[in-house]
Formats: sequence, structure tokens, C-alpha cells
Amino acid sequence: MNQPSNSIANTDRRDFLKISLGLALSSTGSISMMSLASAEASGTLNAYVNINADGSVTIYGPNPEVGQGVNTSLPMIVAEELDAKWEDVQCEAAPVQQQYGMQFAGGSLSIPMRWDEMRKMGATAREMLCRAAASQWNVPRDELTTADSMVRHGPSGKSGHYKDLVAAASLISVPDEADVRLKAPADYRLLGKRISNASAEGIATGKPIFGIDAKVDAMVYASFVKCPSIGGVAKSANLEAVRALPGVIDAFILDGTPGPYNFDIRESHAIQSGVAIVGKDTWSTFKAREALKVDWDLSAASQDDSDSIEAEALAALATGRVEAEIERAGDVEAAFANAAMTADSTYSTDFVSHAQLEPQGVLVSAATSAVEVWTSSQTPVFITSNLAKLLDVTPGNITVHQLRGGGGFGRRLSNEYIFEAALISRRVGAPVKLQWKREDDMAFDYFRAPTYYQLQGAVTDDGQLVGWKNLVAAASTDGENANYGASYRPYDFPGKVIPNVVVEQSFVKSQTPTGAWRAPISNVYAFAEQSFIAELAHKAGQDHRAFLLNAIGDKGWIKEGDMASLNTARARATIEAVTKAAGWGRKLPEGHGLGLAFFLSHSGHIAEVAEVSVDGKDITVHDVWVAADVGQVVNLSGLENQLQGSVVDGLSTMAAQRISIKNGAVVQSNYDSYPLLRMPQSPRVHVDVLNSGYRPTGAGEPALPPLAPAVCNAVFDACGERIKALPISKEGFKIV
Amino acid sequence: MTTITINGKDHSFNGIDPAMPLLWALRDHAGIQGVKYGCGVGQCGACTVWLDGFAVRSCQLTVGALEGRVVTTVEGLATATLHPVQQAWIDHDVAQCGYCQAGQIMSAAALLERNPSPTDDEIDAAMAGNLCRCGTYGRIKSAIKAASGAMTASALFYNAMEAEELSA
Repeated sequence: MNQPSNSIANTDRRDFLKISLGLALSSTGSISMMSLASAEASGTLNAYVNINADGSVTIYGPNPEVGQGVNTSLPMIVAEELDAKWEDVQCEAAPVQQQYGMQFAGGSLSIPMRWDEMRKMGATAREMLCRAAASQWNVPRDELTTADSMVRHGPSGKSGHYKDLVAAASLISVPDEADVRLKAPADYRLLGKRISNASAEGIATGKPIFGIDAKVDAMVYASFVKCPSIGGVAKSANLEAVRALPGVIDAFILDGTPGPYNFDIRESHAIQSGVAIVGKDTWSTFKAREALKVDWDLSAASQDDSDSIEAEALAALATGRVEAEIERAGDVEAAFANAAMTADSTYSTDFVSHAQLEPQGVLVSAATSAVEVWTSSQTPVFITSNLAKLLDVTPGNITVHQLRGGGGFGRRLSNEYIFEAALISRRVGAPVKLQWKREDDMAFDYFRAPTYYQLQGAVTDDGQLVGWKNLVAAASTDGENANYGASYRPYDFPGKVIPNVVVEQSFVKSQTPTGAWRAPISNVYAFAEQSFIAELAHKAGQDHRAFLLNAIGDKGWIKEGDMASLNTARARATIEAVTKAAGWGRKLPEGHGLGLAFFLSHSGHIAEVAEVSVDGKDITVHDVWVAADVGQVVNLSGLENQLQGSVVDGLSTMAAQRISIKNGAVVQSNYDSYPLLRMPQSPRVHVDVLNSGYRPTGAGEPALPPLAPAVCNAVFDACGERIKALPISKEGFKIV
Repeated sequence: MTTITINGKDHSFNGIDPAMPLLWALRDHAGIQGVKYGCGVGQCGACTVWLDGFAVRSCQLTVGALEGRVVTTVEGLATATLHPVQQAWIDHDVAQCGYCQAGQIMSAAALLERNPSPTDDEIDAAMAGNLCRCGTYGRIKSAIKAASGAMTASALFYNAMEAEELSA
């Protein structure tokens, strides 16, 4: 099998990156740091590697840690090539600096984006240590080997620990890239193993490592109250009365900036108008909100109603309203006219919130021109430039510290809470800890957009899927462009696989801000596509697995050299593995059903099978099997954790998570009205990692999209009811 | 003034609103930050601590009502060594983001202190109040079972010591 020598640039076409982060993937920046060969001996070999006097090795993880495991997996890549003893490695978050390049967490890109760089950093540091040893021992470099933070010379029996070689190594010039050899995968000692999260002990013992834990002397606390209807402006408030409350230091209106409050993570520092309450502790600011009365100017506020958006979208699909074409291939009309069987079906999904466990919060010191930020942002790389504009300070005077995030899922890609805190800090002249309440987090999210897909399929009399139509009704603020995540992006399947395909769209007005939510578009479109394929198979009288494999075909790489592209062999391997593990075709207990789905997103080829039983409208998900190919495995434990967690998260979201909007305001406010799955409802998850040997790709997102269709297909298998709307609670179903 | 025993030490809270939830008193006034804010309404369990040995939601307790009570947080769970539940959490690589895990650990440890060998259903029931958006429930359950094994084994050992049943 030909393994494409994909460049990093090949991965940038997918997901939010194309839209939001176009820059900089070509330069991950820090390579230039390797020329820092210093005049003074030190433990530092490059921007990522420091050998400490006690023999421990500090490796810096450049990208934000929000639970996807990159502050373990990225240092593991360095440690592998460095031959550092893992037990002695300390993983630390890198400072936010230009030399660390694209410091962000999104698009499951940390691993693929940093793979070459991390390996080179480790291997170069190792080469420097070896050269220092060769020189000290007066032996040929090629006779030296390394393992467990030691250099060894076999013929003489000499050996030395890295800590005793690093001072000399730090003084020698950085080797040419061509002289630095990377390991062959067969020689990996660390990669592919199960390694516990580097922060596991800190987490288990309650160390203050999260964004919410940041503290500095003389800091004050703040809460920021915005208009429930998005875009409403604070005209006046009973500020005097609020200032007089116990524990309150100040209260004032922040004017904000004009909307729309779109998901623009690179350029925007827009914030909504609201009232800031500053106090001596968090509780004082929360309690003062109960006495706050604000007169809102609603003239520019959203008037969205999610029921109306849905009704208009479904009407647009029912009447075939087409306003734009997204994709076209072959002769679709002929394919449908000549088909032995056709079918159509409409699928929809509602607004969804991120609901990460740590609500937005940040510590910002902006009292003077020296600005400091402590945050668990997913996009620290974009904070400095925007904050410099907002506060009119020079970027060089802004220091950003990245702290662990209590979940990301796309919520922390936007930095508006940082800008709010910065303005409050500047106004009060003190460092400010801004804490959003859970209710703020739910009301002012960049939601997963609602989606509406009308799918049609054409099947020949020999059971081949030859025609595919998709009409999308997309929420749109301006009536001409789909809001983030509300539409469809041309996937290799079906667009490059089924011979006759058309995807068109119409627009439905919506002012509610939407943004990236774990596996954007894929997480909703997969539900529609993979459910509909099961419908087609059933109507054609075929086994779903056979029909799906037949539809995917055997073209191999759909775009040779593009790791993000569909590889039909990888797809087939995951489907075959997962159906084998789940016992596809076996006799099931009464009331049980099996359902299958496959989806490719973020370069991850993932197939899942769910086994459910249905009692009336109560669905029990007993087991879910996952087969995943994300290329070379970095940290097997971390990867398996992401796969297991994606299944639970996917089930949690499809069960009853639904944001509804009335008069431009969000109805739900907390976990009581927006439920997350709990342990008794969660299934057994069996994961099968196919180590295909391709370049490694990310695992934070791609295992989520196949879950909902796998479960819905299993429900159909169990009871014959086809679920076409998420969450399933809309049709009265419940996960028990 | 309210004095509470926190992790074995008396802590006096002066000049704060007696209606302040224990959660915020711990975080903002006692330097105890392992306890986390997730929802503020007793739905998520991220703020779980022990009150007189029972797992409770610290966002639902007012500090003024706790005079003389004994509070244990995740910072106070370990003795000379980590609590078996903490060790199991590390060994089973439970955490993803980790934000909910201090609360999960406090619920799990409270369960095992009373019921060292819980059934699956008993684990489900005891842990149903703790949410994990990352979806680590399967690993949490495995870790609880491993800790249960360790605690049962050590309980047998100490019981045998007590009863002088160990042969020399």
C-alpha cells in the first residue's frame, strides 16, 4: 500500500481550520529555535528539551491541554526520539510564544501538525548529546547508542547519563537536519504503549492546575452580566444599589462592540455589552447579580425562535427550495430516472451547547501596559494580537500563560471572556478573575448549529448506490452564507465515490451565534448519511454491512497523497474489524438490535457497532464496539480513552441535549434542563485500534460522528422505528 | 466567625457571608482548589467533598451552617501514601480533562469506605451524581473495582492483624 508523504499543508482543508486558521500551518515556527546554540553551557538543547541537573528531563508541550492528552502525547514523541527515560520526563506546558508556532487545540490537529517537528526536536537533542559524548570519550559517533537517558559506547563499555553530557552538548552547534536520523517505527520503545496522562497525579490529588485555579496577589473577582437576548445592549442599571452590596467593590456597564457576534477566532475581539460586577470574592459577585436590574436596549437583539427556524427549514426542504449549489458530479437526474429503487428521508439536529465541565473563566492583569493572562483557551496563539488591539498595548508587553482546560470540545476556541476580563481589569486597575456562571456559559455559547438534510438515494437493481442528493437548509445570519457548522462540506464520500451526486442548499435566518463543536458538521451529517444508507440497504433488501462496503467500493486513496482523504481500504478494514468484534449477523436476544456506522473525519477512519434493546421508547445501549485507524499510535491509553469517551459523549449528546431559543434567548440554563449522560446509562465500550502505520492523525474528534447513526440503526434493527431527529428525546425516546 | 475542620486543621472563616456556599469558601478563602465549580446547583458533582465522612455537594452547603463540622477534600484524602482510589485513578489513566475527577474520586472513596466490595449497580448508584463530559465512566468503574480489591486486601490484612490471626 502506498503511504502518502503528506505534508502538514495537506491536512488544512478540513474542518474549521480552513475557515479560521488558514495561516501558519506552513510554519510551525520553532524549528528556527534550534539555531539558538548558546554561548553558555546549560541544560537547554532546544525550545522543547531541557535536561535537568537531577537527571530528569523537562519536555514542553506546545499546544493547549483540554483533555485530549496532547501534553502527554506530544512530549512522548520528543522523548521517543531523544531516548529519554519516560519515568524521568516532566511534561510542562510551553509558554505562549511565537517560537512555538501554532499554539491551539482544534481540528484534531495537534498530533499531525507537530509530528515531524516533535520528532526532529527529540532526535536533534539526542544527536547533540551523542556528539558531546563522542568528543569527551574520543570515540567515533557511530559507535554510540542511546537508551533511558544514557549514551553508551559498546566497544569501551563507557556510558554517561544525559545530565552529565548536556552542558557540553548545549555548546556545540546544532547539527544539520540531514545529519539527524529519525527512528524507524520498528525501533520505537515508547510510542504505541499505554502511558498514563502526565498530569494524572496532579489531577488525582487536586493540584491547582486548571484555568479556574489561577491566582495572583491583589486580584479581585468579577462577574459579567449580558443581555439574555443575544446582542441586547445595557442602557442603564441600578449600579449604585449594587455597589452598596456587601463584598462588592464596583459595578459598571461595559459598552461592548456591535454584533453580529460571529465565531471569528483569529481576528475578532468583539464582546457583547453588559454589566460588570467586581467583588472581593466570587460569591459576592454572584450574589449581587440577584439584586441587579438592567434596562436593556433590545433594538439590535436577536429575535430567534428555534421552533420557527426548524419549521422554516423543514418547509424549505419539503418544497425543494434551492438557493445555492455546493457540489455536483455525474448525471444525477438520469441516475434517479433509471434507478430500480429510490428513497428519500429528512434528518435534523437541534442547537447543542458545549457544556464542558469548567465554565469559562480567566485571570487577566491589564491594569498597566504590561498585560498578563492566565487561561485555558484553545487558541492562545490568537490572544496576544487581539488583546493588543483591544487594549492598545504592544504585543511584546502581553504575557499569556496556558493552563489546563476543564474540557474544550471547541468551546474554548473563542476568547471573548478574556477580552471581557481585560476591559474589566483595565477599568478597575487590578488583576481580575472573571468567572462565568454555568448559566452564562450555557446562554452565551457558540452553539453547534441546527442542521437539516433532505437525502435521496438511487439504487440499481443489482443493489448498487449510484445516485445521491442532499438538500441542506442552513441557518444563516445574512441569508447568503451558512452560519458556522450549519451547512455541509464536500466529503470524499459520497461526492468522490458515488458517481452521481448533487448537494444544494437553502438558507434560514438565524442570529444565534454558532461555532465549532467536537467534529463540526461531521457530528451531525454522519447521523443523516449513515442512517440513510441503512435505510437504503433495508429498502433494497440487503444486509447493511454488505451494502455499505459495496457503496464505499475499493478505489483506495480517493486523493492520493492527502492524508485527510478517504482510503477505502482503511475504511473497509475498520468496518470488517468492528463487525467481527461485535458478532455481526449473530442471533440476538429478544428485543435487541445491532447497528453499524462508518465515518471519516479528521483523517480518522472509524467504524462503530452498537447493541441496544428497546422497551417502548426506552433504549438501553448495552455495548458499543469501535474500530479505529488513526495511523501510527502515539499513546495507546490516551487514544483508547478518546475513543471510549467519544462514544459516551456522542450518546450523551444524542440522548436529550437540546438548546432551544425564544426571543433570541436560550431557554436552558444548567445541567438540570440540559442533561449529560450519567454512569448508569453509559454502555460498555470495546475499542480495537488498527495500527495501520500511516502517519499519525488526531483522535479527539473522529470517533464521535459514527456513534449516533450506529445507535439509531440498532434501534431500527431492534424495533423497526427509524429515528430522524436529534436529540432522540424529541421523538419521545430515552436512553436508560 | 465559623470554624470548620478542613483536612485535619481548623480553619476560621471571618467576615464572609454565612450564606456563601462551602465551595466558594474553600476555593476563595481557604486556598483549597481541588474542589471545582461546575454548575452551582448540585447537578454535576465536581464540587464533591466529605462532610463528616459523607460525600456531599459543597455548592449546596452554606459555610455558616458548618460550625465544628469536619470537611475532607481531595487534598486531604492521601495519608502517607495516596488513597487506593487516587492510585487506581492514576494506574487506570482515568482522566481526560480531569476537571470532574476530584469530585469523582471523593464519591468513589466515600463509597468504598462504607462498602469495600460494591456491585456494578452499587457503583452506578453511588456515582450517578457525578458528571463527566469527557465520558470516562468506564475507566472510573474499572478504577473503583481495582481500588476495591486493594482496600479489601488491606482490610483483610489489618483485620487479621487485629485478631492476631497472622502467623509469624
